[in-house]
Amino acid sequence: MTDLIRLTAAEIAAKIQAKEVSAVEVARAHLDRIDAVEPAVHAFLHIDGDRALQAAKAVDEDVAAGRPAASPLAGVPLALKDVLTMRGAPTTCGSKMLEGWEPPYDATVTLRLLEAGLVILGKTNMDEFAMGSSTENSAYGPTRNPWDLDRIPGGSGGGSAAALAAFEAPLAIGTDTGGSIRQPGSVTGTVGVKPTYGTVSRYGLVAFSSSLDQAGPCARTVLDAALLHEVIAGHDPLDSTSIDAPVPPVVAAAREGANADLKGLRVGVVTELAGEGYQPGVLAAFEAAVAQLRELGAEIVEVSCPSFDLALPAYYLIAPSECSSNLARFDAMRYGLRVGDDATRSAEEVMSLTREAGFGAEVKRRIMLGTYALSSGYYDAYYGSAQKVRTLIKRDFDAAFGQVDVLVSPTTPTTAFGIGERTDDPIAMYRADLCTIPSSMAGNAALSIPCGLSACDGLPVGLQIMSPALQDHRGYRVAAAYETARDAAQGGPLITRVPELEVAH
Amino acid sequence: MPSISRDEVAHLARLARLSVTEAELDLFADQLDHIVQAVAQVGQVADQDIPPTSHAVPLTNVFRRDLVRPGLTQQQALAAAPAAEDGRFRVPRILGEEA
Repeated sequence: MTDLIRLTAAEIAAKIQAKEVSAVEVARAHLDRIDAVEPAVHAFLHIDGDRALQAAKAVDEDVAAGRPAASPLAGVPLALKDVLTMRGAPTTCGSKMLEGWEPPYDATVTLRLLEAGLVILGKTNMDEFAMGSSTENSAYGPTRNPWDLDRIPGGSGGGSAAALAAFEAPLAIGTDTGGSIRQPGSVTGTVGVKPTYGTVSRYGLVAFSSSLDQAGPCARTVLDAALLHEVIAGHDPLDSTSIDAPVPPVVAAAREGANADLKGLRVGVVTELAGEGYQPGVLAAFEAAVAQLRELGAEIVEVSCPSFDLALPAYYLIAPSECSSNLARFDAMRYGLRVGDDATRSAEEVMSLTREAGFGAEVKRRIMLGTYALSSGYYDAYYGSAQKVRTLIKRDFDAAFGQVDVLVSPTTPTTAFGIGERTDDPIAMYRADLCTIPSSMAGNAALSIPCGLSACDGLPVGLQIMSPALQDHRGYRVAAAYETARDAAQGGPLITRVPELEVAH
Repeated sequence: MPSISRDEVAHLARLARLSVTEAELDLFADQLDHIVQAVAQVGQVADQDIPPTSHAVPLTNVFRRDLVRPGLTQQQALAAAPAAEDGRFRVPRILGEEA
């Protein structure tokens, strides 16, 4: 039975439909695994075994009655990032501000998962309101990286990525504002995809930076990510920035790519995303991946995107500005925490006391930074300039995609760093997003796929593949072809090399 | 070079409705100063004639059909309220002493 937790989502779904295993058995195996490893990993903030088993039972009843599967992932367990609302469970966003808050509605992503017959095991840990690159900003304690429990699992979606690498779930949902799906994927040896902005509904995704936030799939294989991508993507009238266009054919691309070469494909290596500040082991693994793409028949060219150098500073003006506005809703009046309401204090005093008590240090820093950047007198120099930089980044991408089909880079400059190593140095923490931010700012599609272990420390390295907006399937095709070649060259999937965790008895 | 003083942080905290502690004022003044200096390089494009981008995907206004659809019940809306009274949100007084 323990083998069930090592299967891919596609394999699990097929076995359930073939009646080789029941969805309830699959759910039980994962819940048992969660029981055993959670004390060490802490990927989850909330687990609901009864509800998961009920959902699994419903899938088994469909199979027994000969009804068609609700989706190609019916019966597959999933871990949901705690920034998406789900009725009947708390949504905390990793914050004391929302401790115990039960939302009265389902996010569109949640609804689509439930309708597709996925078995939601629980809600995963994250940096508070998705602000961070290590999950250390969670008010409920950090998640640990299954590759080395003294290291961070990335962030903000460290819980989702760690759940995959610890075999607690074969699928997870993350959200990516500046890299919160891709960077955790990179440092945990898992696949993380940021879809084109506007292709996955933000309805029910608690907003951090609305012009950047995007939910996406996390998995251990490219095909699994693609299958989940097609379940959650698509137009939603409840999200005003949702794109009314067909979902890119990502599953077909993943299936075709897995058995194909890359002849005729042009791959651009971004000049600006390498060099100083990059760990040598990361660069070596990245270069080996590029060599693999060349062996597969791709033509490799170097492409310069000069304005990418300004992407990180522009992001750390735009995201905090939007955050200072979005988080104004936490005012202690209609839901969430309220502190100091002693019948003498005014609403404004209660509000200030509540926000002081409910938000952690990083959230406060970003709210104040955003308030500063949006202040009259500073607006043109900071926020206005950052928006101009955003235009320059888009122009660089447009020019690059005029020459090449996809762009590649390391996903993040280093492997997983130690817990506590960067907590007192916000700027060092922000650098973890250096390579992922350009695609966030331009809104195009980007994914991270594991490409090897660093020779420096034996920890996973991620290859980032960036595609033009609404061309998400290009990245999947390249990633699937690379995954097949990588497994052949490295003697099996990278994730099988994750150390065995000590399990609780 | 920009710099953020302790007084400025106190002002920002007031604007953002955060009753920060004295110790936090020192910490945040130092950190915000470093962060602002690190991001200030975007100012190099301030005087260039470049259109701003607010959203990755160009937005056009969308209208939906004016159809009735169910909203939250009063009970659902109040379920997570920090305090409720007579079917309403109970809030602290909204006027200051001087009002």
